[in-house]
Parts: sequence; C-alpha cells; structure tokens
Amino acid sequence: MQEVIERYAERIRSAAAAKKPLRLRGGGTKDFYGQALQGEVLDTRDYTGIVAYEPTELVITARCGTPLAELEAALHARGQQLAFEPPHYGPGATVGGMLAAGLSGPRRQAAGAVRDFVLGVRMLDGRGDDLSFGGQVMKNVAGYDVSRPMAGSLGTLGLILEVSLKVPPLPFAEATLKLELPQDKAIEMLNHWGGKPLPISACAWSDGGLTLRLSGAASAIRAAQEVIGGDLMQTAQAEQFWQAIREQTDAFFQSDKPMWRLSLPSVAPPLALPGEQLIEWGGSLRWLASNADARTIREAAAQVGGHATLFRAADKSAGVFTPLPPAVATIHRKLKRAFDPAGIFSAGRMYPDL
Amino acid sequence: MNEGFRLLDPVRQSAAVKVLRAILPAEAVLYEPEDTKPYECDGLSAYRELPMVVALPQNEDEVARVLRACRRLNLPVVARGAGTGLSGGALPHGKGVLLSLAKMKRILALDPVARVARVQPGVRNLAISEAAAPYGLYYAPDPSSQIACSIGGNVGENAGGVHCLKYGLTVHNVLRVRACTIEGEVVEFGSEALDAPGYDLLALIMGSEGMLAVATEITVKLVPKPHTARVILAAFDDVEKAGNAAADIIAAGIIPAGLEMMDQPATRAVEQYVHAGYDLEAAALLLCESDGTVEEVEEEIGRMTAVLKQAGAYDFRISQNEAERLRFWSGRKAAFPAMGRISPDYYCMDGTIPRKRLGEVLRFIAEMEKKYGLRCPNVFHAGDGNLHPLILFDANDPEQLRRTEAFAGEVLEKSIAVGGTITGEHGVGIEKINQMCVQFDPKELEMFRAVKRAFDEEGLLNPDKNIPTLHRCAEFGRMHVEGGQLPHPGLPRF
Repeated sequence: MQEVIERYAERIRSAAAAKKPLRLRGGGTKDFYGQALQGEVLDTRDYTGIVAYEPTELVITARCGTPLAELEAALHARGQQLAFEPPHYGPGATVGGMLAAGLSGPRRQAAGAVRDFVLGVRMLDGRGDDLSFGGQVMKNVAGYDVSRPMAGSLGTLGLILEVSLKVPPLPFAEATLKLELPQDKAIEMLNHWGGKPLPISACAWSDGGLTLRLSGAASAIRAAQEVIGGDLMQTAQAEQFWQAIREQTDAFFQSDKPMWRLSLPSVAPPLALPGEQLIEWGGSLRWLASNADARTIREAAAQVGGHATLFRAADKSAGVFTPLPPAVATIHRKLKRAFDPAGIFSAGRMYPDL
Repeated sequence: MNEGFRLLDPVRQSAAVKVLRAILPAEAVLYEPEDTKPYECDGLSAYRELPMVVALPQNEDEVARVLRACRRLNLPVVARGAGTGLSGGALPHGKGVLLSLAKMKRILALDPVARVARVQPGVRNLAISEAAAPYGLYYAPDPSSQIACSIGGNVGENAGGVHCLKYGLTVHNVLRVRACTIEGEVVEFGSEALDAPGYDLLALIMGSEGMLAVATEITVKLVPKPHTARVILAAFDDVEKAGNAAADIIAAGIIPAGLEMMDQPATRAVEQYVHAGYDLEAAALLLCESDGTVEEVEEEIGRMTAVLKQAGAYDFRISQNEAERLRFWSGRKAAFPAMGRISPDYYCMDGTIPRKRLGEVLRFIAEMEKKYGLRCPNVFHAGDGNLHPLILFDANDPEQLRRTEAFAGEVLEKSIAVGGTITGEHGVGIEKINQMCVQFDPKELEMFRAVKRAFDEEGLLNPDKNIPTLHRCAEFGRMHVEGGQLPHPGLPRF
C-alpha cells in the first residue's frame, strides 16, 4: 500500500508544480454536494482496507478508499457502529468521502456528528507530505486538533489517507413511535423531551406526522414509551423508514424543487417559507424543498441564528454555502494556504477562493 | 524563548502600562511585583515567571482593545483563566502581558428549553451546572478541578473528566466560542445551531492553549440529569486483570458513565485521607458507574456485575444510596490532594495509551520506580486509556527534582511507543513541549506552526508553548533524558 501513497504524493507534487487542480474523489456518491467540481480526478479507491480494528478499545482505523459499507459491516459483526449514521447516497461511498463530506444521519441528534468521532487522520498535504495528526486513543490534546476539521472540508485541505474513529456499541434495543402533531407543536415537544433524560436517538417530522426512534436499554425504552405515547411501528418498517431518511430516498427528498439544508437552533419556530419541510435532529435540522430565492431563505435562517446550505439543486449560482464573515474568511484562506500552498485540492468546491 | 529568569525591561514595562491604562481602569493593570506575584505560575507551580504586566479586562471590548494594543507594541500575551492548568500553559511571559479573564465571570444567558448557556470565559465549570440544576440540566464535562477551573480554560485544554467516555470532552459539549484574534477582531467559531458553514474552526480552537485566539464568550450545551446513578466498586488481585475487566465491559457493549481504576499504592494513599472504605489488600480497584432511569441502571449494573465476576473480580460492592456512591468516588476524586499528604510534592502525569497495553505500561512504571528510587501510585481513566501516574518527590532536593523529570520523560515516551499520546487532557503547555518532538515529526510540527500563523502571524499569543521550534527539537534531539542532563539548565523547573 505504501506504493499507492507514493503514487498519490507524486501526482500531488506534479499537479502543484503545474498549478493544475486535482479533484479528490472516492465513489463519487457525493459529487452533487458543494460548488463546482474542478480539475482532474484523483481516485482515492486504490488505497483501501481496514488498517486496525480493536473493538475493546472502541477504535477502528481505515484507509480512505475502504467502502463505507465494508467498514460498517465489520463494525456490526462486532456489535459496534458509526453512531453518526453517515449517509452513503449510493453503494460506492468510501470512508474518505464520508469524512470529507462531513455529513451525519438521523442519530446525530443523540450521538454527535462525524467530527465528534474522529480521533486521528493520516493525510497528504499539498506538498505531497505524509502527515499524521491525532491518534488512535480516546483523549489526545497534543498539538492542535487538525483531525476533526478534516470532517466537512470537502477535500480542500488535503488527501485523507486514513482515519481513526471512535466506534460505540450498537444499542441493546430500539423502538419507533409515530405521533400526529402540527409543526409548531412538534418543535415544542422535541425541545421539551430533549430536556428530559429520554433515550430519543432520531426524529423526523413532515406533513403533520412525527416519527421518533428510541435506543438503549429495553427498560429505558419501555419507560420512555409511557411518557411519549404514540403508536409503535413494526421493526422492519421502522428500519426501512430510518434508512430512507438517512439515505434521502424518502418521498420527501424526491422533490423537483431545490433542496435546502437549514441548520438552526432547535427552538427556532416554524419558518414561514414557501415549500415543504422535513425536520430532524430535535428541531436543529430542517430540510426545505423550495423555489424561494436564496437570499430570502438565508435571511430567514440567519434571523433565528442558523445558516442555510443549498444541498441539492441544478442551479447553484446562488452559492451552496452561507458566505463567511470577513475575519473568518481570512482565517480560512490562510489555513487553505498552509495545507495547500498551490491551491490544487478541490478548488472552489466549498467557496470560490478556497 | 524561555530562557529562565528574564531581566525586567523598565522602559518596555512603563510603555505597556501606559497604553493599557488608557484602556482599562488603573486597578485592572498590575505591574508591581507584589501584585503580579500571584500570577507567576498556574497549577504546575514548578515553573514560575513574573509577568511584566497583568491586565484584567471586564468585557469583550476591553479584551479586543488590549489585544490590539499588544500587537501594536509587539507584546506577547498569555491568557489565563483560573490558573488550575497542570502543564504550565498559563506560565506568564516575562516580557509580556498576562491577560487574566478572571473578572469575566458572568453567566450571560441560560435557556432551559434550548438547553444552552452562554457564559463568559471566567465562569467556573461547576457554576454552570449549579445554575442549570433547577431545570434538571447540567454541563457534562467534569474535570477533577471543576470547583475552581474556568470554562475558558476548559476550552483552551479541551478538558475531560471522569464521565467523558459516555458524555464526551469539552469539544463535544460546546456549540460556539466567540473569541478575539490578536488583531482585536471578534470572531465566532461554531454557531447556536449544531454546525456552522466552512471549516470546523470550533474543533480547531479546542485545546489550542490560548495560542490561536482569546475566548470571550462560550455557548455550552446542557444535558438532562439522569434520574439516578450507581457505582460498582470491584476489587482485583492483579492490575492487569482489572485492566482486562474494563476491556470486557466495553466488549459487552456497555459504555459506563464512569470507569476508573486505582492501583494499590493509590488506594492506600487516599484511604487514610478520605476513609472511603477501600479494600487495601486489592492490587487494583475498579469503579464502574451506571446512570439513567432506575430500571435502566439496574439492568446495566446487573450486566456489569456479571462481566466483572467473569473477569475475576474477587469482591464487589454496589452503592445502595447516593451517600455511598459519593463515598466510593471520594477517594478517586481526592487522589491528587491525598498525594500531597503522603509526600512533600507530587508530579501528576497525563498520558493516554491503548488500554490493552496497560499491563506493559504499569510494569514499565514499576521499573522506573526502581531505576529512579521514587514512588509512583497510579490512577487511570480505564474507560478511555488516560493514565495519571503520580510521582512522589521532594522539591527541596534538587537531585530528586532531576530524577522526577527524567522519570516523567521516560513514561511519556513510553506512552508514544505503545501507540498513545503524551497528553490526554492536561495539555502540552511548557511541560511536555520536548516530548512533542518525539510524538510528531518536523513536517507535522511545521504544519502546526502554519496553523498558528493563520491565526496569529507574529506569534504573540502564548509564545513558546505547545508547539516546539525545530531549534528546540534539535537541542532536545529526541533523546531520552538521562543522567539528569537537561536541555535548559537555566529554566526553573518544579
């Protein structure tokens, strides 16, 4: 595998010398996400396989090209999981792409996001240097935390070679409940329950219906059902339901309208925007299928302390990500230069000048 | 560079005082040695240096203006919270400004419905949980020093605690940090939502030891208090068996609320101090806590008890009420002060190792005890592999000092050798800066310096900490410190 790294490094060095952009790509299942795709593809799938897995240490280390499905199968075989339930968006999804995209699924509200589980990375920077940050242990504050910011960096900082992740156990039991609630009441109840020690691990509200998943000890789930009420969903149906939310195969996501991802404080009241909404993460994540103009949507999100991403759309001219304040944008540019002095990695995928 | 005792430059000092007094009230700018003396060290009292000036801003605007002035005058700035840090991260700079955030200790807002609190950096960790208690909420990370340590310092070190295996570190429990750059610009990392656009600078700022920006306002997550908690106190006749038992609990799919281990020298030292009722014949004690609903805790305690029996625990006690639970914990929580009772001084280390290497590392520490002729009890966050060996010594004996430092250096390098790290939660500061040269190669260190420059071009924020210069590493030479030959004989230590 070392020769693969050397091949990648050589490719990076010559691209840097020629100032030719490289497009870091695994299975390409998230090509739709982000701004422009520029440059020659550097396929990361040659560097593949699980490097180390220690279930009793709660740590797995995998190479970037490892299929995400393979990683999850290995974990499930030992009763463990990626607790942030990353979306695959297709059978080709890789571990490196998962980290670079930084997207988390339904369980994020209880367990945390991708970045919360990153313990360390090995990467090639824009000089082709092979660097390791963080490690394979739970707690580590040696040096700056360069590993976690790789989550969601969309390949703009470097080629992620390997990542070490914390892998918690699968829950002992799960149950899914269905309730009828209008949007404002659902948001109110999600925040109310959020303040109680209830094992809610996922939620999805749309069109007057709230679906809740409980995960944990069987006794805790029984106790929570008493408090919450609602109708119990069949296990197989529930699994399909959450899979469709996680992978966005649910009918809601098949809309022809642009799909916006609104990240808001959980208590934000229902936003009066045209279009349909699906709410996850205890009220903090609101999907909006809407033809409203970008400015209206971004302003509505900012008004309540959040931000809006143009997640899926044919026309991305309004900008995919919310523009950064000038001082923060400056830090971004300087960091980008530190990692990628020639500006070759996934240029323009996040912001035009990164 | 940190060359030990610096000569005070009176011209530089009076210029700094003049400028700072134009920003802050007279009583918030200290420069007489009797006033600056309380700031000469943090919790790692072996390293001391008088700051040239101490500035005590009361709000964000004052912080911004002080930083702008410091940049103009090219003055190094060391930010300080409660000063409880154990790695010398807040060691002052003799030619710079010690920026104390202690006056900024207001809880600005607490929203029990959104479950967030917005606080100033000088607010004590425990004060947040106390303010949230009436709503059945608390702030999860609970470092041992939580009575005294400030949330700003927690951000600077990415502090953990005994419950972090289940509830996470500071990085997992903070939503947003407002901070001032050295240019005096206010920036926000993170947001009131669960994420923010752009790079995850919130993660980058965590544990950055005040070297990238100065936190002025922190928004923390509050979580619901579990209905109840119970702890199992299990005794083992062998430390490795205890370590394996911790692994078996994890393998059984359980994430305990707390999973802590103490070896026999540690239990013997604390027992005479707190009378927790520990079994003093046990080679190691394991504390396994479960929290949740009453039924859930009963279920988990049952599961853990079965695993511990199987793993060879020869005795267990399960707390029957809250008073007993707290008593079982009291020895572990008081481990550090207890060492102060049985030895004139103690040196607390902080390496993280893969748990499966515990036996090997403890045997290595036992060998080092013989080699250096110093005792070293161990307390261990067994759930996450974070080891705190406590070397007992007498600081008045310079020979013991040298041996202690050499002992500590060897243990840190052993942590790296077994695949771990030189610091789990106390930070690098000035204390472990040489070992950074062992853990990272020159190119990685250069990347850290480039990250630093992205925030602080001139290197004025907490210089000479955390990230060593290549020059320093060359001098240290990846060597194991032997025969008491230290790289900086002039630097006051311990």
